[in-house]
Amino acid sequence: MTTEVLGWWGVPLGIVAGTLRGSAPFLFVSLGECLTEKSGKINLGLEGTLLMGAMSAYAISYLTGSPWLGVGAAGLAGLGFGLIHGIVAQRPRVNDVAVGIAMIIFGSGVAFFLGKPFIQPSAPQLPTLDFGAWSSLPAVESALKVSPLFLLGIAIAPLMQWFFRSTRWGLLIRAVGDSPDAARAMGVSIYNVRLLSIMAGSFLAGIGGASLSLFYPGSWTERISSGQGLMAVALVIFARWNPIQCLYASLLFGGAQAIGPALQSVGVDSYYYLFNASPYILTLLIMILTCSPQRTLAGVPGALGKPSESRL
Amino acid sequence: MTHRQAFYLSRRQVMRGLLAASALGVAKFGAGCTSVNSNATGGKGEPLTVGFIYVGPKDDYGYSQAHALGAAAIAKIPGIRVVEEANVAETNAVQETMRSMINLDGATVIFPTSFGYFDPHVLAVAKEFPKVQFFHAGGLYQEGVHPNNVGSYFGYIDEAQYIAGIVAGHATQSNKLGFVAAKPIPQVLRNINSFTLGARSVNPTVKTQVIFTGEWSEPVKEAETTNSMADQGVDVVTCHVDSPKVIMETAEKRGIYCSGYHADQASLAPKGYLTGAEWDWSSIYTQYAQELLADKTLMDDSIPHLLRGGLSSQFCKLSPYGAAVTAKAKADAEAAKQRLLSNEVAIYKGEIKDNTGKVQIQAQQEMKQQAIELEKMNWLVEGVDGKVTG
Amino acid sequence: MMVKHWRKTLEAICIPIGALLVALVLFGGFCAIAGANPFGVYSSIYRAAFGTWSSFQNTLIRAAPLMLSSLCTALPARLGLVIIGNEGAIVIGGLSAVAVGLFLDGSAPTIVQIGMALGGIVAGGLWIALVGALRHYRAVNETISSLLLNYIAIAILNQLVSGVMRDPSSLNKPSTYPIGMASMLGTLPGTRVHYGLLFGIVACGLAYLLIQRTTFGFAARIAGGNLRAARIAGLPVGKLTMAICFLGGACAGLAGMVEVAAVHGRANESLNANYGYGGVLVAFVARHNPLAAVLVSVLLGGILASSGILQRSHNLPDATALVFQGLVFLVVLYSESLYGKFEMFKERSAIAPSVA
Repeated sequence: MTTEVLGWWGVPLGIVAGTLRGSAPFLFVSLGECLTEKSGKINLGLEGTLLMGAMSAYAISYLTGSPWLGVGAAGLAGLGFGLIHGIVAQRPRVNDVAVGIAMIIFGSGVAFFLGKPFIQPSAPQLPTLDFGAWSSLPAVESALKVSPLFLLGIAIAPLMQWFFRSTRWGLLIRAVGDSPDAARAMGVSIYNVRLLSIMAGSFLAGIGGASLSLFYPGSWTERISSGQGLMAVALVIFARWNPIQCLYASLLFGGAQAIGPALQSVGVDSYYYLFNASPYILTLLIMILTCSPQRTLAGVPGALGKPSESRL
Repeated sequence: MTHRQAFYLSRRQVMRGLLAASALGVAKFGAGCTSVNSNATGGKGEPLTVGFIYVGPKDDYGYSQAHALGAAAIAKIPGIRVVEEANVAETNAVQETMRSMINLDGATVIFPTSFGYFDPHVLAVAKEFPKVQFFHAGGLYQEGVHPNNVGSYFGYIDEAQYIAGIVAGHATQSNKLGFVAAKPIPQVLRNINSFTLGARSVNPTVKTQVIFTGEWSEPVKEAETTNSMADQGVDVVTCHVDSPKVIMETAEKRGIYCSGYHADQASLAPKGYLTGAEWDWSSIYTQYAQELLADKTLMDDSIPHLLRGGLSSQFCKLSPYGAAVTAKAKADAEAAKQRLLSNEVAIYKGEIKDNTGKVQIQAQQEMKQQAIELEKMNWLVEGVDGKVTG
Repeated sequence: MMVKHWRKTLEAICIPIGALLVALVLFGGFCAIAGANPFGVYSSIYRAAFGTWSSFQNTLIRAAPLMLSSLCTALPARLGLVIIGNEGAIVIGGLSAVAVGLFLDGSAPTIVQIGMALGGIVAGGLWIALVGALRHYRAVNETISSLLLNYIAIAILNQLVSGVMRDPSSLNKPSTYPIGMASMLGTLPGTRVHYGLLFGIVACGLAYLLIQRTTFGFAARIAGGNLRAARIAGLPVGKLTMAICFLGGACAGLAGMVEVAAVHGRANESLNANYGYGGVLVAFVARHNPLAAVLVSVLLGGILASSGILQRSHNLPDATALVFQGLVFLVVLYSESLYGKFEMFKERSAIAPSVA
């Protein structure tokens, strides 16, 4: 038997494994939110989108037998929710935070409603890439089972960075988010750019949902999300609206989920509620330390949180 | 594949049922509160309306679903009409649900199935409606303290966990078992202890690693916990959370054994599922339904206020043994089951030490399942790695 | 003056009602697709939420905490702050109320109740004032910090309730010691609705007066309109921010106290019952007007009250209520953009040039 006692080595291994397993949803929602916020709108409703994505992916994977079709369905479901958010949140006098909360309720309602028949059955899961096949330790082997979705997310982060920096479209989105007036003077349709950004961001969040239900934890239940969608907004601030830093922030949050259980498994078993809340406490502390009233945050889109201009 | 077809069929049937129900609703527009479950062919004209209230979704593959299956079983009995409401919080929302069931649906019997509904919610509404009978899942009724239209029932499912522990004790090769637990409360601790005692009765070197997630339902944390147990060499996992689905699936992915809880989860882990501790609410609810249909009531004490039992009174049962269970394990488990069924032996029989070395049950002392000390359990038995305090 | 603006008033009445009707039609369509008769559903919703005095009390009971909770968003919104930390303030308020109640155990019930109310108000107020302080002194985004504080508050609740504050006899549902029946808040005479409803209505009324009729409210509105102008005018923006955040949090904290003192009698995980996010929505739908928040709370209370009947009488799954809520709020939020779009509601421009 190679199930030797890992002991304290299990803690770093657990955290690494937890990071590889659990970061993908954070990564996709934060990249999605980043894209949305760069255009000057906030989408707090990604929690609903994430749930809808998780449900659609699981349902389609189960019904068709193809998990990749499930991922596609999750993206489409995200696009649909993005369309609703993009239309309603851009109406004059309508606050995007409020629409986001309404979308959380609506989205989770639809996902739970349609998802009822899929709680019981098991759907085919996404294949994994086994980078740990060399190891004789099953723990290491299992830790290095990496989801292709996670790799996709890692690839999207620098791509999005490059997209914002070096492409015309990226520039347009940034212009719309930073100074809508200038963008308007350039003859850009602010409405359309934002609508598309919100939809693309929701598409990514939907894929993040697919990662929840088709990779890890790999199941559909109504409690599948532990607030990853809601945290997207905090992650993006944490990451200073920078896609590469979204990647780091997601890794941090994914790993943090594993800290509590990993510590308990070696006998540190007090204060687990506070350990479980550690990512939130940490985020708040970092925000307090790095924000300053003297200067605006680097990277913050100038029009973020400002009401939409009347379009008609 | 047959599984999938069955699913389609039942879905279609449900849709048809829904349509039929709404058609009836048109006919009785305004007054219509017709449930698909209604079955008004009872002898006395008016069916007995029974309300069931669940704390979670009633298809959670766990705690609430186990109760909902019991409700579905009695809905088939002629003369019983079942109304159900799921996802009802343990706040005054549940009081309002009970009132609404009584006032609008005409319910005269209510089963609030979550532990936290009892005090103050069930008690408050029971005082308000002395003619309605309340059967609460939790075993909290106290004679003379609580209204006499309140009854309480709960099962010693730890008996099933004890047997599951015996099976796990045989199956483990690393001699490390894992228990994913929600919160360190007496019910959960009792399951952990009974599981461990069962395992150590056949394999005294076994240790049980317990990890508390802190929440009744949080799949990501449960999966993470199962994984970190597997990393630590645990090779049989069981649990006490609301929906064990994710734990069983994760154990199967990691190639370790698992033992179910609440319901039969064998289909989630065809290779590693050993057995499981399941509720058998159908038998309990059928028993209640028959008493109620025979015009027995709590108020005249013809239905006992407190109903508790284990394997022998069919409160709980074991999942069929999985493929990985050896003949020896089966024989030991069945023998222990017979002893529990005949009430010959108690699980908690001294001397039992807790995992800090303190003697909790003296030598010669034997605690029957009804013992009040067991209801207040706040220790973990010797052989458990873990701590009770949060 | 009121006479001149009757069209505007009519608009403010007709648009939300129209939005509600549209939402009902959409929801009816949803139910029809799900196989339930929409008209049966409408009649059930009405019956369960408003049909009888007993059903209406159900609605009012659910509305009470929402009124107090909504002020936690509505008041700071006057300064342009978007705060969603209501849930956390409720939890912290409830915890603090229990702590004070247990400390004063043995005193006259009125003293205990006043102490608990103050405990809830102060703790909830400080909790959100912290958000305001972080905003003012460290420029930390208030929406995010208040969101994070929700998670932290719930963790504190769970940690205390299962640890130092736990009553060892609360066996399978870890809770604090009970405050005792004598110290519980009663119900309004002739009803089963607890005093929280009265607190909610009074708090909303006071908040309205504060914002509309006092110099404090005037200053807050100025600062909310244009921060820079307010600074130049010499308004103490920092103090204003923290004061208004304190008041908002105090209301939510009071809601937590009511949950403890009128419903549970102790603190446990049931304190975290989603009144927080409900309150945020109520505030936005009421356009941060405290009086409108009373009405919107009753509306949401009615939706919540009717959610059970959808399951019981129409065999719709429990998630249907969420879909209904989501639809109503989306349509009502959308309808806010329709003000001034209908010709029939336009004041004669010569008479009322002030319509923004």
